[in-house]
Amino acid sequence: MADIELQAVEKHFDGVAALRSVTASIQDGEFVALLGPSGCGKSTLLRVLAGFEAPTRGQIRIGAREVANAETGQAIPPEARNIGFVFQSYALWPHMSVRRNVSYPLEVRGLTKVARVARTDAALAATGLMPFADRMPADLSGGQRQRVALARCLVSDPAAVLLDEPLANLDVALRSSMQAVFSDFHTRTGATMVYVTHDQAEAMAMADRIAVMSDGEIVQFDTPEKLYNQPDNLFVASFVGEGTVLPIEAVTIGQVGMEAQVLGSRIAITSQDENPNLICLRPENISICETSDLRAQVVRATYLGGTYRLDLQTNSGAMVVAHARQRHAEGTQLGLSISNPWAFTEV
Amino acid sequence: MFATQKYGSSRSEDRLLRFVLLVAIVLTLAPVLRLFAEGITVDDRLNLSLISEVLSQPSTQRALQHSLLTAGLGTLVSLVIGSAFAFLVALTDLRGKAALVFCLMIPMMIPPQITALSWTQIMGPSSVLLKTLGLAPPLGAPQPLYSPAGIILLLGIQHTSIIFLTLRAGLRAIPQETVEAARISGARGLRLWWQIIVPLCLPSLAAGIAITFVTALGNFGIPAMLGIPAGYATLPTLIYQKLAGMGTTVLAEVAVLAILIGAVAICGIGVQRFFQTRQRVHLVGATSRPLAIPLKGARLPVEITLWCVVFALLVLPMAGLLATSLVPAYGVPLGFDTMTFASWHEVLFRQPVTARAFVNSFSLSISAAIVLMAICLPLAWLMDRSPSRLGRVFDSLVDLPYALPGVVLAIAMILLLINLPFTEATLYGTIWIIFLAYLARFLTVMFRPVQASIRQLDPAMNEAAQSVGATLFQRLRSIILPLTAPSAAAGAILVFLTAFNELTVSALLWSSGTETLGVMIFNLDDSGEIVMASALAATIVLVVMLLMIAIQLLARQLPKGVIPWQT
Repeated sequence: MADIELQAVEKHFDGVAALRSVTASIQDGEFVALLGPSGCGKSTLLRVLAGFEAPTRGQIRIGAREVANAETGQAIPPEARNIGFVFQSYALWPHMSVRRNVSYPLEVRGLTKVARVARTDAALAATGLMPFADRMPADLSGGQRQRVALARCLVSDPAAVLLDEPLANLDVALRSSMQAVFSDFHTRTGATMVYVTHDQAEAMAMADRIAVMSDGEIVQFDTPEKLYNQPDNLFVASFVGEGTVLPIEAVTIGQVGMEAQVLGSRIAITSQDENPNLICLRPENISICETSDLRAQVVRATYLGGTYRLDLQTNSGAMVVAHARQRHAEGTQLGLSISNPWAFTEV
Repeated sequence: MFATQKYGSSRSEDRLLRFVLLVAIVLTLAPVLRLFAEGITVDDRLNLSLISEVLSQPSTQRALQHSLLTAGLGTLVSLVIGSAFAFLVALTDLRGKAALVFCLMIPMMIPPQITALSWTQIMGPSSVLLKTLGLAPPLGAPQPLYSPAGIILLLGIQHTSIIFLTLRAGLRAIPQETVEAARISGARGLRLWWQIIVPLCLPSLAAGIAITFVTALGNFGIPAMLGIPAGYATLPTLIYQKLAGMGTTVLAEVAVLAILIGAVAICGIGVQRFFQTRQRVHLVGATSRPLAIPLKGARLPVEITLWCVVFALLVLPMAGLLATSLVPAYGVPLGFDTMTFASWHEVLFRQPVTARAFVNSFSLSISAAIVLMAICLPLAWLMDRSPSRLGRVFDSLVDLPYALPGVVLAIAMILLLINLPFTEATLYGTIWIIFLAYLARFLTVMFRPVQASIRQLDPAMNEAAQSVGATLFQRLRSIILPLTAPSAAAGAILVFLTAFNELTVSALLWSSGTETLGVMIFNLDDSGEIVMASALAATIVLVVMLLMIAIQLLARQLPKGVIPWQT
């Protein structure tokens, strides 16, 4: 197991930038998710880490070894990086049995047959695949194939495991059970894992830290809680979780702390910045309070099971989202109170 | 520097690609370049006098005329038969289409000299079959096939499959909705065919005509077997006669003739490529179920007619061949009392020359198939993984040694190998020159099926092996080879089949001791041993059919585009 260090990594395809200056460090044993909309460069970053693509600029270090350095032109090929890679399409070799698929990494490393059998059995047992060892990949279900891919990349004890949207091809029920498999696996092996996904629920559920990517850059790299509660910028605030970003008209320092003029009322805010210009309104920041001056009309009420999600339009025309215990008919006028939202600066 | 970095391809891959590409380029393109250099230089200096001298000879001009006439009218015959079959098979609800397609493929796979031999066995005064049936014309009557018309007819039959296949592929690519929309608009019958279907398949038809013409132009077996007795020379037979008569002293002269026929062929290939790219535009859009326009009451008569044509084109000449091979001496009618396997026994077990030809052809074909597999597998894979400009150029030229007439390649090979550079050694007259010519000519026969199956391979298959640490050769052996094995096997069988049947290249390159089976049939026929020639030809037809059936049985495991007759 090893830590990973990316230093100003860039990747251009025919002059078009897919990654622009990505700098990040991933600790030994950490489970990191790369999250972003499609085309943001997250898969490219993973493939650069694996060595399938060479960076156009910058350096990458895995453990003690520098695996890619665009300035010196040095690049360790993927087969010599000692990493595990789980593909979206699983990429099981259709002409090999489950056991042979899993033992192949050991075979190419020239292990003795005894050692091979022992480690393959251990990997098969750890992923619950023992009963399927002699089947061919074509005879397995989607979840089983995914577990074979996982077993195959872990059998050789890689320095890091890279996963490229491994659950995208599975149905919803299987997805959540496979999430548990991945999390358990991470806890048990302590492997450094980098997991690419466009599904934020998946990232939140499993990752220690999430790198949110947009347009070839990491825009924030933090714990799931911080990403949700304290977004650094407009992209993270609107991409992660539900909520609305609203402009601040003026900031004042009151007796209790920072206050901002938002939607025509003065509310208390939390911020790291001295002069923030936007607030991120999560549904938790909004409560329905009939006595409030801030009035809004219900545009749509959606039942989520247990609670209702209300899309509201304030008198000034802004759209906000709130959660409520009971249904409010469309067109109803409600009073809103806003409690201590997070404010940040966007230039 | 950054532009040259290919994803995931390590330095060892780049090195291997460069090496295999170099081998393939030297093999396929060097002979052709050498030939053109020979024609336009004298003593290593640019000089066009030889070209103009050879071109102004009356024999050259006559042969060129004959070549263009026989190839042109032969293509017309192919067009009439091939397109009639293609339209009926692709558009209507005929039964037994698969069998019909398979039968129509056989003429293409049977070597032309055997086609010529078998047809001469069902016509003329000494035909065993006609004598047995009591239909033979009186002795002294001419063999009607020893004429330009005979050459045209047989060239037409030989290449019917090419028109049929390209047109059928084009027709199958027409979206059914296009035709249905025309029918809803009120177009029916011939109007539908003429105004909708024909315009849509015109590019593929034009491409098919062009390639048929090029193939007919380069055909050696048919004009050699039918034209030489009649004193009617085409360019390939003129080259053969000059070289056979006067040896390598006329090498420069025949090189010019080869360039001439090569130039005509390249024009044809250019036309074919042009229409092929046009056709791709049509292919955009989903192609749904193939068309099946009901023939209603006409179905049975049409089916009977088609099978009668197949019978006349295929079964009749083969029956003639078989009948001749079973008589004790040429001219004797076949009966229960005269039937004998003596000539089969003679050809297969007694004659040392034919035994040697069997050994030569078998070993040439098998080793060509194996060597080409070893070259094409890494080549196709690496070219797919790291596309480069050189690779694209190679990809567009790799068909050339196969598409160019065999005489052109044969002359080019002689020029290239008669004096090995830096030595006194020569490969001319050895079996190696035939072997190298086969490698050059059939590289594309192996390369295309392997390429088709590698393109359909999920790149993650290789990347997964790479990520677990498998080296280049480990990946080639345990991932790429097994996954492309069925296509590689089909390619190898095809190479074997074409090399086993080959006459044109070896006819110019053989010498005593290096005869191939194609040459053997030609020589036996030439020296009047018609019965033995027929027995040998019948054996080869048998081998060909068995191999074709073998490929057919492999068909289910093969990706689309691997088997030439399943487009």
